[in-house]
Amino acid sequence: MYVDRDMALALALEPIPVEVERGRLRLYAKAIGETNPVYTDVAAARAQGYPDLPAPPSFLGNAVELDIPEPLSWMSAVGIDITSTLHGEQSMVYHKMVFAGDSLLLARRIVDVYVKKAGTLEFVVKRTDVLRGNDLVAEAYCSIAVLHPEAGK
Amino acid sequence: MNLLDLKAGAELPPLAIGPITRRSLALFAGASGDHQPVHIDLDAAHARGRPDVIAHGMLSMAYLGRYLDNLFPQERLKSFSARFAAVTPVLAEPVCRGRVETVENGEAILDLTVALGDGTVTVRGRAVVDLS
Repeated sequence: MYVDRDMALALALEPIPVEVERGRLRLYAKAIGETNPVYTDVAAARAQGYPDLPAPPSFLGNAVELDIPEPLSWMSAVGIDITSTLHGEQSMVYHKMVFAGDSLLLARRIVDVYVKKAGTLEFVVKRTDVLRGNDLVAEAYCSIAVLHPEAGK
Repeated sequence: MNLLDLKAGAELPPLAIGPITRRSLALFAGASGDHQPVHIDLDAAHARGRPDVIAHGMLSMAYLGRYLDNLFPQERLKSFSARFAAVTPVLAEPVCRGRVETVENGEAILDLTVALGDGTVTVRGRAVVDLS
């Protein structure tokens, strides 16, 4: 079953409030093998001219919005079987950097649905606007590939 | 690296990542918030007919982000994208590579890849860097 494009584009998704924490950024740095002290040591970050530990570029990709109880419910809401999906693409546009101590609001919506490869692959693109107060600090685009092997038969 | 030295066609020094262990996946699951069993639970992977767990695509993108952060200060990064082209198995040893595609109007566009030891390209990425 394919996603109903009109329904998906109209779907209202609850905005997610996120507090960016130093401990979380340090764990993220450890997980990705980041040894640059700017990402773990507040003094090093300040020496670089940052107000606090910066969130690394990939952190805004999904790390900040998976912490809600049902982070993938936006997929089931449009009828996607999560077990037949792959993360196809991720992209970010940065307007301002994000730091530990920031209170963010993530405003999400589905912005595109299309099929490729004779219907065997369907892509659903979710856009997340990362807001700090009234400032749009980043945009994140997550493209999920939904596999439809039945279409190839 | 001096950003003003970036010239179209230049290859950036590669970054070799040590083997991605199950511990790497456990840490990244906790740090990224992506707790999907396919990445951390061998029993769940078996139940789905997979021989093993697979690495998060975003972990490879995170390695590319780390690669970029250590080439230039992060505030210069204007945009960053990744297309996940192939699955990364446990114990893979990916290598991040980059090449300057164009330098125009105070911006460089970098072509990025993450590849495994057997040559499989797992991620194709792109970054726009502010040189001004």
